[in-house]
Amino acid sequence: MRSQDTWTFGWQSLSRYKLRTLLLLIAISIGVTSVLILTSFGEGARLFIKQEFSNLGNEMMIILPGKKETTGGSIPIYGTSARDLTINDAIALEQISSIEKVAPIIAGNSLISYQGKSREVITLGSSTDIFSVRNLNVAQGRIFKYSAKDNSTAVCVIGATIKKELFGNNQAVGEWVRFSGQKFRVIGVLEERGESLGLDMREMVIIPLKTAESLFNSPALFRILLQLNKTGSEQYTEQKIIELIKRRHDGEDDVTIISQNSLMSSLNNILTMVTASIAAIAAISLIVAGFLIMNVTYISVAKRKQEIGILKAIGASAHQVQVIFLSEALILVTIGVFIGIAFAYAFIHVVGLLWPQFPIAIPMWATLASSTLAFLIGLLFAWLPAKSAAKLDPVLALRGQ
Amino acid sequence: MQNLIDIKQLNKSYLVGEQPLQVLSQIDLAIAQGEYISIMGPSGSGKSTLLNMIGLLDRPDDGSYQLSNQQTTKLDEELRAELRRQHIGFIFQNFHLIDRLTAIENVELPLMLSGVSAQSRREKAMQLFTRLGIASRADHLPKQLSGGQMQRVAIARAMIMQPQILLADEPTGNLDQKSGLEVIDLLEELNTQGITLIVVTHDKNLGKRAHRHLKMIDGKIIKDLPNNQATTGETNA
Repeated sequence: MRSQDTWTFGWQSLSRYKLRTLLLLIAISIGVTSVLILTSFGEGARLFIKQEFSNLGNEMMIILPGKKETTGGSIPIYGTSARDLTINDAIALEQISSIEKVAPIIAGNSLISYQGKSREVITLGSSTDIFSVRNLNVAQGRIFKYSAKDNSTAVCVIGATIKKELFGNNQAVGEWVRFSGQKFRVIGVLEERGESLGLDMREMVIIPLKTAESLFNSPALFRILLQLNKTGSEQYTEQKIIELIKRRHDGEDDVTIISQNSLMSSLNNILTMVTASIAAIAAISLIVAGFLIMNVTYISVAKRKQEIGILKAIGASAHQVQVIFLSEALILVTIGVFIGIAFAYAFIHVVGLLWPQFPIAIPMWATLASSTLAFLIGLLFAWLPAKSAAKLDPVLALRGQ
Repeated sequence: MQNLIDIKQLNKSYLVGEQPLQVLSQIDLAIAQGEYISIMGPSGSGKSTLLNMIGLLDRPDDGSYQLSNQQTTKLDEELRAELRRQHIGFIFQNFHLIDRLTAIENVELPLMLSGVSAQSRREKAMQLFTRLGIASRADHLPKQLSGGQMQRVAIARAMIMQPQILLADEPTGNLDQKSGLEVIDLLEELNTQGITLIVVTHDKNLGKRAHRHLKMIDGKIIKDLPNNQATTGETNA
């Protein structure tokens, strides 16, 4: 029997039993669609985080005070400090040739008030470089221009939410606000931007580093953000930083250095794992579809006993009968897989339109894996009924027994 | 001359409940190419089983069956299917057409199973349809055909592989008298062209038309007579 004839024969029988075919197609395509949609959410989350990291700016490194031994496990976000990381340490870092920008950060809570309204805010004291390192732009006014060394004045750049809460729709730039009693002039309002790495920049106030030192009465840094001047220099830079800190901290490199790449790659790994497990869970629906195929193929074999008898009487071998039933299942799965993939892509497209910030996407491996799985399951579950069809005694089958 | 069909000491029994039922017992039968044979007998006498045995649809418990000098009893299912396809055409009382396929597709089916290309299938089937006078019905579904037409389609399907043996199980059983006669005329015409025709029937008139009559009772051939001989005496071929 030519393979083209086998397909045509299978197709004729599928199109004859429309309802049965339709129900099976729905089962298979739901299976495929659910695998694809669920993995696309996982993949979307991964891409979202990747995108957030690139919002941080390229080639960033973070130095935290205190040493955390990284013996596997998660990356330390907060170091425990033995010796403070100071403004002078940060200034010394500027000597390292591969470092382009240094943004030391003093962080603290303070009460900001304006005309009787007040609010607790996270206050970041830093140099001008923080704006470029973290890709922050002002919507109104300007940023301050003080390096870590410069003595600075009492000015501040406020986040968009703070501006809204304190000033409403009124002009904020040029107004005076109070930070725990000290007067600061507002010189800029940050552009509205989403969260980045858990820090909501809309709810923060940025002041010059030296001003922060006197406001909080401490030169101890919360962390230092660094931007490198070219890619691929992380290792060199890290080594230089450790040497420098050792020199300055009596021979101890009591800092933790996080590079953007290492952080991103481990988060990336975690999310790929999560996506894969979601896919595995969704694959259960494909197995359910497989059982449906098996049941329906059994029913179909029972209903088509006479046909099987006829085929055998006119010279079809057991093998041919089996191939006929298997190819029917294969046609069914193929169409089901295509419908499933089409549904999933349509769904993702709609989600993309409704929710453009979320970079939802179907990973190629999910498409390949779910269709391969659908084929395997389809063939596996059609195998038994096809085998039993092939074994039917032609005499009994002709009588429909 | 070598016999086309040579059956010796053939037995077949089925389990009915717990009792084995001897359906064929000690059958000896030799059939030459071109014979026209009718098998008659009451229901349950084993005539259909014998026909299925000859058509390689059923397997004997023991005994020997040579078809064209080939011992068939030890062959595996694939080879039996191959022999069936090449040598044997079946015609059934219920026509047994596949109802989702058109008349011509039904007829092409045996050619399709043996891997003939679509175009030459269509040509061969069309020739046969023209010969059997049903060319205008080629693209009809079985349910759009009369009984006589369906049986002609079934005959065309049986003939398409140019078999040596045509096995007909009550070919007129579901037909009115007129179409029944037409179908028999057609089968006899094929017989005169050289095909071996074996007909199982209840119908005495139909049975009489054959050149050799077999009568079966309880799984045994009790009469085997040529048409022109007297109706007395029991002989085994």
